[in-house]
Amino acid sequence: MSLNKQSIIDCQNLSKTYFISEEIKTEVLKNVSFSINKEDFVAIMGPSGCGKSTLMYLLGCLDISTSGKYFFDKVDVSTFSNDQLANFRKNEVGFVFQNFNLLSRSTVLRNVILPLVYAEVPREEREERARIALNNVGLDESHFQHLSNQLSGGQMQRVAIARALVNNPSIILADEPTGNLDSKSSRAILSSFQKFNQQGQTIILITHEQYVADYAKRIIYLHDGKIIKDKRTR
Amino acid sequence: MKFNDLFQEVFISILSNKTKSSLTVLGIVIGIGSVVAMMSIGQGAKISVQESIQSVGSNLLVIYPGAQKNIGMNISGGRGSAQTLSQDDADAVENEIDFIRTVAPEISKRYQVTAKGTNTNTSIIGTTTSYSQVKNLEMDVGSFISEQNVKSLSKIAVLGPTTRDDLFGEGVDPIGQKIRINRINFTVIGLTEAKGGTGFGSQDDIIFIPISTAQRYLSGDDYVSGINVQVQNEEYMTAIQEQITKLLLDRHNISNPQLADFSIMNQAAILNTMNKVTNTFTIFLGAIASISLIVGGIGIMNMMLTTVTERTREIGLRKAIGSKNKDIHLQFLTEAIVLTFIGGIMGIIFGVLVSFGINHFTATTTSISMFSIILAFSVSGVIGIGFGYYPAKQAAKLNPIEALRYE
Ligand SMILES: Nc1ncnc2c1ncn2[C@@H]1O[C@H](COP(=O)(O)OP(=O)(O)OP(=O)(O)O)[C@@H](O)[C@H]1O
Ligand SMILES: [Mg+2]
Repeated sequence: MSLNKQSIIDCQNLSKTYFISEEIKTEVLKNVSFSINKEDFVAIMGPSGCGKSTLMYLLGCLDISTSGKYFFDKVDVSTFSNDQLANFRKNEVGFVFQNFNLLSRSTVLRNVILPLVYAEVPREEREERARIALNNVGLDESHFQHLSNQLSGGQMQRVAIARALVNNPSIILADEPTGNLDSKSSRAILSSFQKFNQQGQTIILITHEQYVADYAKRIIYLHDGKIIKDKRTR
Repeated sequence: MKFNDLFQEVFISILSNKTKSSLTVLGIVIGIGSVVAMMSIGQGAKISVQESIQSVGSNLLVIYPGAQKNIGMNISGGRGSAQTLSQDDADAVENEIDFIRTVAPEISKRYQVTAKGTNTNTSIIGTTTSYSQVKNLEMDVGSFISEQNVKSLSKIAVLGPTTRDDLFGEGVDPIGQKIRINRINFTVIGLTEAKGGTGFGSQDDIIFIPISTAQRYLSGDDYVSGINVQVQNEEYMTAIQEQITKLLLDRHNISNPQLADFSIMNQAAILNTMNKVTNTFTIFLGAIASISLIVGGIGIMNMMLTTVTERTREIGLRKAIGSKNKDIHLQFLTEAIVLTFIGGIMGIIFGVLVSFGINHFTATTTSISMFSIILAFSVSGVIGIGFGYYPAKQAAKLNPIEALRYE
C-alpha cells in the first residue's frame, strides 16, 4: 500500500457505527476513503445528519472508527492508546467547534492560554503567544481580560479560532465555524481562514452551506455517510 | 501537565465559584472544628481530674486500718476507726521496703478546738515532718512540724487556712497564738496555704500536730489511722503495694490475704481508672463530632459530583485540547483536597477558638491536644482524598465527544 507523499491525512474505508442498543445501530460513515494534502484548505459539505461531525471527530481523534484505517502523517492512529490520542490532539489538531466551547467563567486570554498549559509551553511565553494569536484573528486588545461569556458570538468564535491556532497545530478542524454568525462576520472569519491557509496552515472546514464551502480550495461532498463528489475549485 | 500549572487550574476553578467553594469549606470547618473543640473538652476533663487527684500528693500509697473495701476509692467515713495499724507498722514499711521516698503515718480524729473566745470542731492530724512533702503542702507563714517537734512531743500546731479563719478571723497571722485542743494548750507555729477542697476531703479545715504528741496526749495509744507512703517512681507503685501487703500480713500474722485487717489505696490505680473514664468520655465526644465531619465529607463529594456534571463540557473541551485522563483526574482530586485542606486549617483555628472560649467563659476546663489536631487534620485529608476520588475518577473517564455534546 502506498501513501501519497504530500498527504497529511489518509483515510481508508473508514466506517463508524453507533450502537444504541443490542438491536438498534446507526451506520453513520460507510467505507469512506480520501486523502488530504499538507497546506490544503478542504471543505467537507453535506446535509444535516450525513455524518460530517462524526467524520471530524474521527479526524481529530476525539473518537475512534469502528473499522478502516486512519493514517495521520503516515502514522496509523487507529492503534493509539488514550494517552497517545491525548498527545495527538494536543500537538497536531486545533478544533473550532460550532458552539465555540469556551470556558465561560475564564477570561479570553486564559481560554487561549489553556492549550499552551497542557502543551507545557514555558510559562513566560504563554501570554505573549496567546496575544499574538488573538491579534491574528483580529480581536481587539480591550476584550482580552473580559470573561468569554461577555463577548458577542462573532468575538467568541474569534477567540475559539485563536485557541485552535495558538499551539501551531498541523491541521485546523473547524465544525460549522460560522453556523451561529451573521453573514458579515462569517465572511470575515472565512477570509481569515483563507489568510492562514495562504501562510501554510492546513484547514478542514465542515459546513452545510455552499457559499462557505466556496472559500475552500477543495470540496468533499458527503451524503448519507458516503463521499458522493470530490472537487478541486482552486 | 506540570504541578504548578495543575495548582493554578485548581485555584482558578475554586475562585471562579466562590459561593459553592465556601459552602463546601464551611462544612469541613464545622466538622473539624467540632472534633477539635469536643476533644478539648474531654482532654480538659481528664487533666482536671488528674490535677485534683495529684494535688493530694503524687505517687501515693495510703494504708488504712480495717478490712479491704472496694478497690480504689476507699475514703469512707469509717476510715481510721479500726485499731489495726501501729506506729511500728509504719516504721517497718519505711525500713524494710526499698524505693520508698518517704513515709508519713497519721492519726486523725475530730476534736473541739478553742482559742480566745472562739471555738470550732475540726480534724486534728497527728503526723510527722514528711507529711508536708507527701501531701504537697505549702506553707503560707511559719513552718511545718519539725523532726525535733516530733521527738520532743512539742505541743505545737500548724493550722489549715479554714481553721485559721474560724478561730482567728480571715487574714490574721496566727503564729505564736495559743489554741486548746481537748483542753491541752498548743502554740501555733505555722499556717498552710489553701489547697481548695478535693475529692479526698478538705486539706484546709484541719490542724496538724506532731504524731508523738497526739499519741501521748490525745489518743493515749500508738495506733495510727493511716500510713501515707510516697513511692520514688510511679512504675514501682503496684510492686511496692504488693510488698507492703506481704510485709503487713506477715507482721499481723494473717495468712489469707482476703482477711487482711488493712487496705491500701493506690493513687496510680485511681488515676488509671479515672483516665479510662475520661478517655471514654473523650472518645464519645469525638464520635459525636465526627458525625459532622462525615456530613462535611459527603458535602465535598456532593459538590464535586455536581461540579463534574456542571463542568462536563469543560472536561470535554480540556480533553479536546490535549489533556490526559490523568490530568483531569488530578485536577478534580486536587480541587477536593485543596478545599478540605483549607477547611481543615480553618476548622482547627475555629475549634481552638471555641475551645478557648469555653475555657474562658464557662466553668468547663478545656485542653487542646496535639493528637486531636493531627487526628482532625488527617481525617480531613482522608475525606478530601476519599470523597474526592470517586467524582474525579468519573470526570476522567468521560468520553470527550459525549462530554462535549453534554447539555
Ligand atoms: N453518540 C451518538 N449516538 C448515536 N447516534 C449518533 C451519535 N452521534 C451522532 N449520531 C448519529 O449520527 C448521524 C450523523 O451525525 P453527525 O453529527 O455526524 O451529523 P452532521 O453531518 O454533523 O449533522 P449537522 O449538520 O446537523 O451537524 C446522525 O443521524 C446522528 O443521529
Ligand atoms: Mg454536525
